[in-house]
Amino acid sequence: MIFMRNTILSKEKLSEDVCSFIVEHPEIASHYEPGQFVIVRIHEKGERIPLTIVDADARRGTIRLVVQAVGLTSRLMNELNQGDRLLDLLGPLGEPFHLPQNAEKVLFVGGGLGIAPLYPKVKDFKYESHVILGAKDARHLILQKEMSAAAGRLELCTDDGSLGRKGFVTDCMDMLFSQGEIYDACVAIGPLVMMKAVVEKNRAKGLPTFVSLNPIMVDGTGMCGGCRFEYDGEVKFACVDGPVFDGFKVNFHDLLVRSRQYEKHECRALSHYQERQHK
Amino acid sequence: MRPAEERIHDFKEVSLGFTKEEAVLEASRCVLCGACIKGCPVGIDIPGFIKAVQEEDFQKGIHIIKEYNLLPAICGRVCPQESQCEAECVLGKKGKAINIGALERFLADHYTDQKLPDIRETGRRAAVVGSGPGGLTAAFELRRAGFRVTVYEALHELGGVLKYGIPGFRLPDEVIDREIETLKEMGVGFLTSFLIGKTLTIDELLQENDAVLIATGAGLPGYLGIPGENGIGVLLANELLTRVNLMKAGRFPEYDTPVILGEHVVVIGGGNVAMDAARVSRRLGAEVTICYRREEKDMPARREEMEHAKEEGIDFKTLTNPVEILLDDNGRVKGMRVEKMKVTGVADDGRSRIAPTGEIFEIKTDMVVEAIGQSPNKIIRENVQGLDFDKKGRMIVDENLMTTKDKVWAAGDIVSGAATVILAMGEAKKAARAIVEKCGG
Repeated sequence: MIFMRNTILSKEKLSEDVCSFIVEHPEIASHYEPGQFVIVRIHEKGERIPLTIVDADARRGTIRLVVQAVGLTSRLMNELNQGDRLLDLLGPLGEPFHLPQNAEKVLFVGGGLGIAPLYPKVKDFKYESHVILGAKDARHLILQKEMSAAAGRLELCTDDGSLGRKGFVTDCMDMLFSQGEIYDACVAIGPLVMMKAVVEKNRAKGLPTFVSLNPIMVDGTGMCGGCRFEYDGEVKFACVDGPVFDGFKVNFHDLLVRSRQYEKHECRALSHYQERQHK
Repeated sequence: MRPAEERIHDFKEVSLGFTKEEAVLEASRCVLCGACIKGCPVGIDIPGFIKAVQEEDFQKGIHIIKEYNLLPAICGRVCPQESQCEAECVLGKKGKAINIGALERFLADHYTDQKLPDIRETGRRAAVVGSGPGGLTAAFELRRAGFRVTVYEALHELGGVLKYGIPGFRLPDEVIDREIETLKEMGVGFLTSFLIGKTLTIDELLQENDAVLIATGAGLPGYLGIPGENGIGVLLANELLTRVNLMKAGRFPEYDTPVILGEHVVVIGGGNVAMDAARVSRRLGAEVTICYRREEKDMPARREEMEHAKEEGIDFKTLTNPVEILLDDNGRVKGMRVEKMKVTGVADDGRSRIAPTGEIFEIKTDMVVEAIGQSPNKIIRENVQGLDFDKKGRMIVDENLMTTKDKVWAAGDIVSGAATVILAMGEAKKAARAIVEKCGG
């Protein structure tokens, strides 16, 4: 049913500022492979933002998107409801990611909103999965129930100790390593600083680590170069060369600097929006 | 022509175009020798339409152009006439060549060939990938030949490079939309936010169509590969242009997409994209310098755009080659180190041969835009089986623009590398005709 494309079929609130959407788009659903993302535009004057595809159901022709209200567009998106349509939805973009064939025991590390795209990877992994999830507090730790059903072992931590251990995901990693756990690979998805810390820890152990990047993008098809960064001494575009990369080769400094490019504009866009709301 | 001091404050069109009187006067200078035709990549009967203007039979004039060129309002504005038709003009040998581009634009703007072509449905179907100049031309030709045509576009707007690349002060959106509207009236279907190779595969398109034509353009920007290139305030021209032209970042925060802007922008390159990036930056309020490693005469940009850029107060630094972009502690651009180049002779293509002098100096700047060329986008290349490409990433085609994959043709920059609107259109027309011939119309 082509006329239904882009329609929000259901919406679920996962936490104070995180919503999960099931959106109809048969072509994206049937071509999706793990690791891929979409570009979304909400209204006629809106910007294009990338969102990781959390899950897809080819039979029903739907995809699942999880959105945390941080910037203007993600806030506007979370105000949408069942029956509303996304103005533009492009995908599936980026290269698919599959864990190495020989990986039989994998450590999955998710931080904040990164837990959402991590979930299908845990769910689809057939062998032994250990999962560490971190968030700033209990209210921001999403998909806990789904993860505990999918994971072989689940460790939780929060910055304030309101759920699980008090501390960072790297503290949980230390704990697992000290218990003698040995992994074939690690997948880390979350804020840049978290992924950087995980990569540094694993680099010392030689544990292959894959990270999923989500930098600022415009077209998402390799045309503008806005998402470029240094990777193994070369320039890569996260949109068409990634978004999943070998963490050891990623120049996180580049990404951290570039992630702050539009900080001031983002604040201004939000305050402009709030002014309009008041009027 | 609008005065430079007025136009640097907005994105409205720079050239106002001929009035009827001006057009007739300009046409009256023409001796109708026809030398110009060989300079036109699609062989338009230029003396034919100029004669019609002389006789003030404008309807006939536009009709003649449309026989050869579906998008004259666009080509009249963006073709590099001075190196094509106008370069051959006999009047240009001694004095001023006929302003053929402006005459073409005059006819296209004021006289539309109202009658849509009669279409005899054949039941054949074709998919066109990309809605830039090549895709639009192919869609027209195929529809006219009785095909059911669907055009797939990856972006949310139709027009490809005409929309995201060429700024409105050179080519207003309305001009493009008018042409697309004509195609819609003819029954051409359009699907936006469809990235072929990802949203649907070429093989899936082939299941539903008798032919597929790929006209996805260049769309992969080059970069210099010098230190500092990933700093804050370094943009590839495509990003600047897409943010401003497609996303309307110049009107942020009314529009949600912002764009970084420096007080002093250095644009690297000498082509049309460099001129566009420079003039866009100027309109956003920056002081602008264009930095080019060869001499001004070697710049591939349209001469008119270079003149307009200078009128708008853009500084040209030639024989200047970037070596390093200097960043402050926060990773922001604070300057650029460049090397002075010298001319050592003439290269085979007629441009200056250059060599470094070893003399390095610094330019103070807080934003750098790289406009050093494009190559074909790799999405089709990496997601479609059975297509062959050369080392530069261009699709390999035969003399009829058929690819190495059965029932798949290609045209435009994906075949020729980064070229011009008119060349893409010429190829698209040829490919469309080859499809009609092969499929039996």
